[in-house]
Amino acid sequence: MKARVTVSLKPGVLDPQGRAIRHALDGLGFPEVSDVRVGKIIELDVVEGTTEEQVAEMARKLLANTVIENFRVELA
Amino acid sequence: MKTAVVVFPGSNCDRDLAVALELVTGRKPAMLWHDDTSLPEGLDLIALPGGFSHGDYLRSGAIAARAPLMREVIAAAGKGTPVLGICNGFQVLTETGLLPGALMRNAGLDFVCRDVALEVVTADTPFTRGYKAGETVTIPVAHHDGNFQADADTLDRLEQQGQVAFRYAEEVNGSARGIAGILSEKGNVLGMMPHPERVVEKAHGGTDGRALFEGLLTVLA
Repeated sequence: MKARVTVSLKPGVLDPQGRAIRHALDGLGFPEVSDVRVGKIIELDVVEGTTEEQVAEMARKLLANTVIENFRVELA
Repeated sequence: MKTAVVVFPGSNCDRDLAVALELVTGRKPAMLWHDDTSLPEGLDLIALPGGFSHGDYLRSGAIAARAPLMREVIAAAGKGTPVLGICNGFQVLTETGLLPGALMRNAGLDFVCRDVALEVVTADTPFTRGYKAGETVTIPVAHHDGNFQADADTLDRLEQQGQVAFRYAEEVNGSARGIAGILSEKGNVLGMMPHPERVVEKAHGGTDGRALFEGLLTVLA
């Protein structure tokens, strides 16, 4: 089975990459974009029966830095 | 003074750091591999070098911070052993939680590699006693992820408790409140983005980093 961890910057944390992307989008003729936040998706192959809590523990211990990032776990 | 340098896959300032430590202490530091499971007895200083440990994958310093030897480094720091993290070493220290905050992509998105002016904010520590508070020194930086960020309460606390060791005297990377180096609450852990080991002898074009190592020597010898 698959687990998917979506890691995103916490609200309020400055995102220089997102800002650069917003600027580039503006240059491409998309002035309607007011903000861009960059995150990442980490897909894990895990054994059947792995729980959401186990994956969340992986996220807390390594996959996300909870000082600056939030994460969301989905199992599929 | 017995020192050690922890080497991670992708460290690239470990030898410069070892040369600086030997120059000042007269003793070669122990070079420790990240996968080791124990520290040598009686270390007076553990140093984490700059570089790109594990290719900066996931987040700079994130994987190195979970190395087997780092468990021992965290335990030693808890018992009061001085730990110095420079550049990637600073990133590793924030990832372990030994130091608060995080080092994010430079605000300008560029890799910044040049001499910068730093203000010594706190001189009352083993790491900074070779300097005078308020003094300006010139030490090079070379990083992509040096933009120090923490929540406002943490930043206030760092400033109020004298945990800001160095501040940029010019705009470098967008760091909150210009922070270039911070100390742990007990003062025995220092993380800094600038590279003092790169300015310890005249041939380097500057010697402002030397006082950091000499200051340590006077307390730890």
